[in-house]
Amino acid sequence: MQEVYITADAIVSPLGFSSEENIRCITEEQSAITLHKNTALLPSHFFAGIIDEAELNMAFQSLGNPEGYTKLEKMMLLSLQKTILDATVEISDKTALLISTTKGNIETLDPKNPFSEELAYLPALAYRIKSFFGFAQEPIIVSNACVSGILAVAVAKQLLQTGCYENVFIVAGDTVSKFTLSGFSAFQAISDTPCKPYSKTRNGITLGEAAASVCVTTKKPNGNCIQIIGNGSCNDANHISGPSRTGEGLYRSIQSAMKEAEVGATEIDFISAHGTATTFNDEMEAIAFNRAHLETVPLHSVKGYYGHTLGASGLLEAIVGFHSMKKNILYTSLGMDELGVSQPINIIKEVSQQNVTTFLKTASGFGGCNTAVIFRKIAH
Amino acid sequence: MKKSTYIQTFCLIENNTVVLNGKELFASKLSPSFSAFAKELYRELGFRYPKFFKMDHLSKLTFLAAEVLLQNSGLSETDKKQIAIVLSNKSASLDTDRKHQETIQDPENCYPSPSIFVYTLPNIGTGEVCIRHGIQGENAFFVFSEFNPAFLKTYATSLLQLQKAKHILCGWVDVDKEAYKAFVYLVSEEGTFPNDDAFINKNYTNN
Repeated sequence: MQEVYITADAIVSPLGFSSEENIRCITEEQSAITLHKNTALLPSHFFAGIIDEAELNMAFQSLGNPEGYTKLEKMMLLSLQKTILDATVEISDKTALLISTTKGNIETLDPKNPFSEELAYLPALAYRIKSFFGFAQEPIIVSNACVSGILAVAVAKQLLQTGCYENVFIVAGDTVSKFTLSGFSAFQAISDTPCKPYSKTRNGITLGEAAASVCVTTKKPNGNCIQIIGNGSCNDANHISGPSRTGEGLYRSIQSAMKEAEVGATEIDFISAHGTATTFNDEMEAIAFNRAHLETVPLHSVKGYYGHTLGASGLLEAIVGFHSMKKNILYTSLGMDELGVSQPINIIKEVSQQNVTTFLKTASGFGGCNTAVIFRKIAH
Repeated sequence: MKKSTYIQTFCLIENNTVVLNGKELFASKLSPSFSAFAKELYRELGFRYPKFFKMDHLSKLTFLAAEVLLQNSGLSETDKKQIAIVLSNKSASLDTDRKHQETIQDPENCYPSPSIFVYTLPNIGTGEVCIRHGIQGENAFFVFSEFNPAFLKTYATSLLQLQKAKHILCGWVDVDKEAYKAFVYLVSEEGTFPNDDAFINKNYTNN
């Protein structure tokens, strides 16, 4: 089977507008989550990880007029611009543009929003990104709830393995909007403190916003590189908004990815889990990881740094994992104090140096969806 | 090595009509709204699944199309539980997104509902189909400006090649205000119909 590699990445988040700035903040256990008092978004105070639009506009000026683009578009364009520059592959008719988002430009549904409501159609967003960089191919949008970002990586790998493409640029993004804040708030799913994945005192999610991008290619890069070696995306067939009590879909996704990658549980050095900090999600993950005999593998959720960035989260979190592999550093699972799940899991409590050759990224979401992808560092 | 793929069964739902494998299965004599048509079809086909009535329009359409297809697929119960579901559309969940937006538009009268918000994702219909049939296979939902059978074929072929699935329920399920259309088909390594653009487009447009 065709081998597939990740060659460049860029994160645009409240912690910075490059992967390096983001990783530096994570190393220092600095979180993007702050208290917001913005009644235009939610009547009560809330915690969230929100990008300062003035700073974003300043950074965006070298690309275009900030007035002409929505906040999400500016985040996605800025991120993808960096990845394209770093990737050193030409955009050709063998290059796919893959976009991951759950809600896209959803705020344009509000009649008070200055942008046209037509931009709420995800293909309209995709075409603006396509034409900005001059991609030749029809953009492919993955919109599969909270697994979208990591599912996009699995999709890119599969598409490249068919031989139909040589490179895929993935850009994933979502913003904190009144739409999602009000919805999760109606679900009583929003934490009254910055979210605390796997903690005994966790009580819900914190929302965040980010854009993340990578270049995925069949051309083996020079030097050390990261290969995508297995993936799986299985449904719980249990409930549309609640995770399976047995972690069935996540367990099956992990098994499918491990089988394809031909790796056993002992070969996995680190897990970048979903860890939303809802009672049921974190418990479900602990059950699935135990069923897969991964309970001793060091694990983190980065939701404590960014909040839940929805369609961006899977890719954003995988990129943090790539930097773990490059630097052989495990990053702290922020917000963890006392373990609050019924099964043992090995939460990373402090930044530590450890060899990371193979890592597993997982995510789960509404609709009963789950995705697992395994990455391996290839030494030169 | 590239595997050849075929279509076993296909189903089109539009204009208050259901077409199965190119033959009309049901046509409403009235010209109802989508929700009235969905209810009529549900009763006509003898489904018993009360959860259906809680679903939003996109999930109802996805559910009905998958139901007609799977009932006529000839798949064993075991095979059915392992199918992959790869769906696509243009409008994602915008039909229900607009309903959620209405509940939050007026700050003086802001009452978002969890039962609406949960449907503001296009893959929830896939989840409903999985729950109904106990399907724990691969899932993915894609959004395109128009129906893209060549892409779905590429993706389905890759799932077969990687042995992630033996049968793939592919298709298009779109609801946008009162407009709706579903065209779903079951792709396998064996089957009666060709899995090519010409055949699919002919049946997608019902010409």
